[in-house]
Amino acid sequence: MASNVILKVEDIHKRYGREEVLRGVSFSLFKGETKVIIGPSGTGKSTLLRCINRLTPPDRGRVWLDGVEVSHPKTNINKIRAAIGFVFQDFNLFTHLNALDNVRLGLLKIKRLDKKKATEIAMMELERVGLAEKAKAYPAELSGGQQQRVSIARALAMDPKVILFDEPTSALDPELIGEVLEVMTDLARAGMTMVVVSHEMGFARSVADEIIFMEGGVIVEQGSPEQLFTNPRQKRTGEFLRKITELYGEAS
Amino acid sequence: MPQLVFKWEWLPKLAQGLTLTAEITATCIAIGIVLGLILALGRVYGRHIFYWLASAYVQFFRGTPLLVQLLMVYYGLPSWGISLSPFISGILAMGLNTAAYQAEYFRGAIQSIKAGQMLAARSIGLSRSQAIRYVILPQALRLVIPPWSNELIYMLKYSSIVYMVTVMDLMGVARVIAARNFRFFEVFIITALIYLALVLIISWLLRLLERRVKIPGLGAER
Ligand SMILES: Nc1ncnc2c1ncn2[C@@H]1O[C@H](COP(=O)(O)OP(=O)(O)OP(=O)(O)O)[C@@H](O)[C@H]1O
Ligand SMILES: [Mg+2]
Repeated sequence: MASNVILKVEDIHKRYGREEVLRGVSFSLFKGETKVIIGPSGTGKSTLLRCINRLTPPDRGRVWLDGVEVSHPKTNINKIRAAIGFVFQDFNLFTHLNALDNVRLGLLKIKRLDKKKATEIAMMELERVGLAEKAKAYPAELSGGQQQRVSIARALAMDPKVILFDEPTSALDPELIGEVLEVMTDLARAGMTMVVVSHEMGFARSVADEIIFMEGGVIVEQGSPEQLFTNPRQKRTGEFLRKITELYGEAS
Repeated sequence: MPQLVFKWEWLPKLAQGLTLTAEITATCIAIGIVLGLILALGRVYGRHIFYWLASAYVQFFRGTPLLVQLLMVYYGLPSWGISLSPFISGILAMGLNTAAYQAEYFRGAIQSIKAGQMLAARSIGLSRSQAIRYVILPQALRLVIPPWSNELIYMLKYSSIVYMVTVMDLMGVARVIAARNFRFFEVFIITALIYLALVLIISWLLRLLERRVKIPGLGAER
């Protein structure tokens, strides 16, 4: 395995009942790379992300994070998960904790930092997403965009090797999407390694090193944004890209 | 219209009974919280034997009358060589009983927490028990306060059942005083008012608690 491959996903299969949702998905992610996954609804994108950190255990297939096999039965899965950030579509901030405590929880309970150090790091990450002044606000007191930025700060605080984003802006009102994409763009530029399921094509075009098009539980095509948009190898890729560009628009 | 007669000398006796009622209620509620939480966690997160044991327990204690449970403890256990005082029998039977009801309230609250909370907790690397402790329970215990208040009030009133095994709680004392003085109406009216006062105080305290732990920005004041 190349030393700069940070995440390697190999032949993931997952079945729900009679439906095989993932039918052998493989890809690698280099350090500092941003991959954007697109594909029709129900195609297994969320399932794939959850299989990577085993929130959903795959039926078959293996995952390595920085040389450690995530899928190995002897791997301490909690430790691995702490190194994989996860950002959810509907934020999932802990509703009983304010922004600061949301970001601090993992630092205190998993990294076991003392309160002073944990607060310092948490405040730094809140600063990074532009929400330091909202540290004492509870999730219900924040807008969707702010909640999502706090949830990104929560992921960042654990100093993850990679962050997985599952449609981070699709639950947001249109006018709030920009602030979240901006944070994500800054992260990508700063060298964070990210896998982003998103249909924000403006973001994908400007930030993605590679776009993966999934359909029916497999990767149909992957390549640079340039190549997929101008010269897709598969007919389906072109059709799908045209359709979502119509739906979501280009700009962001 | 008959003449109503009240005597001051009843009050210290009733107060003694009241102390016992408070002790019994507080103790059995405490037993119920601890055991009820364990049972609820068993029913929500337990597998196999834990799930079945917890479920069977809850079904049994909810499916049979409290009085039968009390009489089984007081009259039944001695045949296995376990003789308990009336007071302990009362606390034990009521504690075991309320645990089953509290378990159901706790279970309902735990299950009403959105699945995303557990997913998010696990995704930052918390173990399942850490996630339950730091994320699920703090939210569920807030939600459970209103239904749980009902159980506490219910237990306070139905603790009067212990007079069936000769415990001189508020109700037991009241019956004796009433019978000795042939002043049933007066004594029971006072007793009822004492229960009512207690219920009102408890409701007020619990509402205070609920407001105090309320999550800012979440939901309307209930
Ligand atoms: N926990 C589950 N139990 C049963 N079926 C599930 C479960 N999770 C997902 N599925 C099914 O798996 C399929 C893929 O779902 P998934 O959420 O991964 O798709 P997706 O590509 O993320 O779709 P979307 O774009 O709508 O988010 C769907 O048909 C869905 O119904
Ligand atoms: Mg999805």
